[in-house]
Amino acid sequence: MDMLNCKVNGIAVSVPKGSTILEAARAAGVEIPTLCYMKEINAIGACRICVVEATGARGLVPACVYPVAEGMEIQTNTAKVQEARKMTLELILSTHDKKCLSCPRSTNCELQKLCNDYGVTASAFEGFKPEYAIDDSAPHLVRDNNKCILCRRCIAVCNQQYVGILGANDRGIDTNIGQAFKLNLSNTPCIACGQCTVVCPVGALTEKDDTEQVWAALADPKKHVVMMTAPAVRAALGEEFGMPIGTGVEGKMVASLRRLGADKVFDIDFGADVTIVEEATELLDRVKNGGVLPMITSCSPGWVRFCEQYYPDEIDHLSSCKSPMQMTGALIKTWYAEKEGLDPKDIYVVAVMPCTAKKYEIKREDQNAAGVPDVDVSITTRELARMIKRQGLNFTALPDEEFDNPLGQDTGAAVIFGTTGGVMEAALRTANDWLTGKDNTEIVYEAVRGNASIKEATLDIAGMQIKIAVASGTKAANEIMQKIASGEADWTFVEIMGCPGGCVTGGGQPIHPQYVRDTVDIHGLRAKVLYDQDEAAVLRKSHESPVVKELYEQYYKDTYGCHKAHHDLHTTYKAESKF
Amino acid sequence: MQKKISNLPFHGTAEQEAKLQAVIAANKHDKSHLMGVMQEAQAIYGYLPMEVQNMIAEGMDIPLEKVFGVATFYAQFSLTQKGEVHIAVCLGTACYVKGSGVIYEELQKQLGIGGDECTADGKFSLTASRCIGACGLAPVLTVNDEVYGRLTKDDVSGILAKYGK
Repeated sequence: MDMLNCKVNGIAVSVPKGSTILEAARAAGVEIPTLCYMKEINAIGACRICVVEATGARGLVPACVYPVAEGMEIQTNTAKVQEARKMTLELILSTHDKKCLSCPRSTNCELQKLCNDYGVTASAFEGFKPEYAIDDSAPHLVRDNNKCILCRRCIAVCNQQYVGILGANDRGIDTNIGQAFKLNLSNTPCIACGQCTVVCPVGALTEKDDTEQVWAALADPKKHVVMMTAPAVRAALGEEFGMPIGTGVEGKMVASLRRLGADKVFDIDFGADVTIVEEATELLDRVKNGGVLPMITSCSPGWVRFCEQYYPDEIDHLSSCKSPMQMTGALIKTWYAEKEGLDPKDIYVVAVMPCTAKKYEIKREDQNAAGVPDVDVSITTRELARMIKRQGLNFTALPDEEFDNPLGQDTGAAVIFGTTGGVMEAALRTANDWLTGKDNTEIVYEAVRGNASIKEATLDIAGMQIKIAVASGTKAANEIMQKIASGEADWTFVEIMGCPGGCVTGGGQPIHPQYVRDTVDIHGLRAKVLYDQDEAAVLRKSHESPVVKELYEQYYKDTYGCHKAHHDLHTTYKAESKF
Repeated sequence: MQKKISNLPFHGTAEQEAKLQAVIAANKHDKSHLMGVMQEAQAIYGYLPMEVQNMIAEGMDIPLEKVFGVATFYAQFSLTQKGEVHIAVCLGTACYVKGSGVIYEELQKQLGIGGDECTADGKFSLTASRCIGACGLAPVLTVNDEVYGRLTKDDVSGILAKYGK
């Protein structure tokens, strides 16, 4: 590879030809502030925060797009550079709605941090300030263009998801990020994945905060409040309290939920185990009886919404299984309610999820096994952190506690649901045991691990060659679906997650500044928490879970996929048009 | 000014749609042809309402928002239809200082529509134009291809009457 030599703030560094100044600076260990840049998907030189001085360049140049030349000397923080950045920030602030005190991104805002770093005058430029109506039409997110700084990171990530409902409209001072024909978000084919909320540097795109509903339920003595968490939450919640990325906090998370006042703290891992036995049953049935193949997982509501709107003719491929969250909710309000003598109407189920699309999923039709919604409210990991802070808990000092019984016991198979490939691996473990009639000890499927957007494998299960695929992110899902729609696909089973990387990097997870996302393998670190927990688990196959066994013995007459289980745990899909 | 969006119902014909679909079919292999397709669509329909942009988006496999972004960025694209009688009032510097703003307002009042809008019967539409190079006649407006100059507010009703108002 051709290399170029340059100096960043006097530090000599050698970088491949074609590298930008920003890449050279990162190689030299020098961080240049950015606002619009996103590695690989948004290098547009729009925000002008990353300007630097470089020999051979006229004036200041944007480091994120300016290529390094041989012998170039780069200065990233001269008085001239600082002055330019400060003025750029002050100009951005001239149209920015500076309501930091009530902004959910306060103290985790990239603009706020830079303004502090550069000592800006907040009102240096007073002038025309466009005013935009806040769009809170959708159940999952709120868009406040008055805070938007036009960095276009949301557009890049929305296009990356092959959804593309966000874009820049009009021009000049009127330029605004929005939806076609100014439609409300709820009238667009937004899949609710929430990836835009994770990349927004400011508070222009945020999850819809549902914590007040949770506080109200907790304060209501008539309500039996069950709080339950998805696998991926425990792999990331600690980050909200300053713990390093990749810290597992299951015990502290459970302790915090109990201290918030939950009557029971259950684990959606239980629903994940049920999902596996139901889904494996459905798959075997489809294979034996000539059903539609490949069957595709339906755990991810962002993916389900994508399929319904972008591939309405292919919805028969979706497994009829509800998601683990909905299954757990359904079983809390049916089986658990019956066991405990509770009226399902008095049970209030709070799901804590790494996901914004779950807020939309709980409102879907055919998700009410007990005649009331399976899940009453779904909050993100970020909202739970907010509640823990308001409760005044010292999270890092909490003891490690365990989930309540009976819906608190899980298997290693369930916990890996939180990362791309996890559902597939869990399903393979069960399918292999069932088809071979043995208790197999080879249970790790390396082919479906890792963060490639599409993973394919042909596996030998009980002498059969089974072709499978795993995709994460709806762009990858789109590639898979094109092959399925054209008939060239020959997979039997496909796992699709709406967010790149799966739930651990879901749209409701803790937000890190872009330079961290560019330089740290957040997915790998969080996924490792789950794989480590799986490895340490005694039970690592869903069908071995004693609670799952108890459920089917007591409630479903020992039959996976029985009529009653179908009523409670399965759902239907609707083909929809985009607009 | 953000571009106005038509709130009048869309009345495309099957013939127009066939023409547009032919344009799309000839260009769908290359997404960079988007602007050319939009120009042809505007030539077919006179403007680019949501129904037309959606046909382009679906046909070219480009998100509707992207089509809309292009349509609102370039002055050449219109999201509102033109009437049989299209009036453009010059708001260039010379015309403006000679009072074309007052004439523009008077037209809006008498037609009952805003700028970049069309009357519900499809008869009259109104827009503001940039300098048309007839500053000697300021203030000036055009009705379809006819030019009217040295106007005052009182001339407005006479001009509209000539076109059946």
